Amino acid sequence: MSDNEKKKKVIVPIGPYHPLLEEPEFFALYCDGEKVVDVDWQPGYNHRGIEKLSEGKHWDQVTFLVERICGICSTSHPFAYCNAVEDLVGVTVPERAKYIRCIIGELERIHSHLLWVGLAGHFLGYNTVFMWAWKYREPVLDMFEIITGNRNHYAMFKIGGVRRNIEEEDMPALRKVLKEFKAQLEMLTHAVLDDPVLGARLKGVGVLTKENIKDFGAVGPVARASGVAIDVRKDEPYAAYPMLDFNLVTTDNGDVFDKAVVRLLELFESIKIIEQSLNAIEGTGGDICAEVREIPSGEGIGRHEAPRGECFHFVRSDGTNRPVRHKIRAPSYTNIPTFKASCIGQMIPDVAIILAGVDPCYCCTERIAVYDACSRKKQMYDFAQLVEMSRKKTEKLKKEI
Amino acid sequence: MNVLETLKEKLGGRIKDTKVRNERRIYITVDRKALKDCVRIVFKDLDARYIIASGVENFDSFEILYHFGFDSAGTIVSIRTYLDKNKPEIESMTDVIHGISYIEREMWELLGINFTGHPNLKHFLLRDDWQEGNYPLRKENNV
Repeated sequence: MSDNEKKKKVIVPIGPYHPLLEEPEFFALYCDGEKVVDVDWQPGYNHRGIEKLSEGKHWDQVTFLVERICGICSTSHPFAYCNAVEDLVGVTVPERAKYIRCIIGELERIHSHLLWVGLAGHFLGYNTVFMWAWKYREPVLDMFEIITGNRNHYAMFKIGGVRRNIEEEDMPALRKVLKEFKAQLEMLTHAVLDDPVLGARLKGVGVLTKENIKDFGAVGPVARASGVAIDVRKDEPYAAYPMLDFNLVTTDNGDVFDKAVVRLLELFESIKIIEQSLNAIEGTGGDICAEVREIPSGEGIGRHEAPRGECFHFVRSDGTNRPVRHKIRAPSYTNIPTFKASCIGQMIPDVAIILAGVDPCYCCTERIAVYDACSRKKQMYDFAQLVEMSRKKTEKLKKEI
Repeated sequence: MNVLETLKEKLGGRIKDTKVRNERRIYITVDRKALKDCVRIVFKDLDARYIIASGVENFDSFEILYHFGFDSAGTIVSIRTYLDKNKPEIESMTDVIHGISYIEREMWELLGINFTGHPNLKHFLLRDDWQEGNYPLRKENNV
């Protein structure tokens, strides 16, 4: 749409603060009545210059720095970064460390997906789903505390392996939590996916085609929900993934409902992976970290399948103790721009759930201001009103079904 | 046929240099005039997945690596091109890859690389009134 055409449209700004999601970000929706005709994206409200900071820290410190990129999937970045440096150095990680890495990675996927399911439920007016999902997420965070000492920011990753072992005496507690969680998850999954109202509300909303996925380079559950079977764990097996048996979940429709299906079914695969990993390391012992004395000059690329998709790190070394360049691409960087394809042509009450549908890792609109560019009439919608619009639509559907 | 052989066949003489770290990491260097052709062939004809582009500042040049994923082979191909240190400029790839628009805007504002033909070259992460000529990711801005 040309700038001239844009001027004639009503602009609906979303952001920079959006309480439903986690961080500030700004979207301008260009609307024709209730219908969205174009979207502009302005991030940067939380830009901390981490790529630049990384150039000033030594290789080992960077693992802690990149862990602070995201508070939800905090282990994704150290995982990808360690893979990148290990690609550069050419070190072999001990087997036990590989399994521990997978356990941490998959536990994180579980708590991150549950967080999303809860938020999506809340957005649609299904607060029971929100309460359930977040309640079931708690024992998963407890598992993290047992293993790492922290509910978030686990500091487990180290170039060459992991920093802490999973102790034998903790195994029974971990297995117990996992077993209980599996039963709870089954109930939650059925409750969400079999609900006719949720189906009616989410099916056909915010559809992304395979072409959209290719154009924007979208990854993770967003791509898999559109039938694009990409997953770094399968495509370029790293850590212990080549030794583990799990399935890739894909669906064909590319709407918000399918994104929920992919995320929920992935959780069962994550449980399978953790169970197999615990079996593999129980009673075996062994090293958890290989020694890496120096980082030679060269380049390395590391990837990890984070909860939101492929997390990509590129590092370059000149042989000193710091990276000369460290490029980081989080999955949301390519997933968020798909709004341009999925929001256009949709109604304003649906935009909230479409925006949330890709599980963007920025987040947060405190209020929405609708103003008419020509008449300068201004109407402010606060967050509650926006959620109310979304819920009213769900209520209406409930009555019809 | 593996990814490297396919690239050599399709890109031919455009490849100035090849570095293969292992079968999953291939770096090829191309002249900046041939870059758009190479990106088009890799992205459209070979159906590679666009991952991201990394801008790098060297002592005597700027450098951009366009990373592409060949997912069925689990390989990442990085197409490297060097730009003039005093006037870093390159054609925008937005007409080939729609989603590359954002990272080009980012490299433009953080590293000062100009992308000719970009439809919307404006600030992305930085404020709109950011001081002109101040590029935060350049080495002259020490941490």
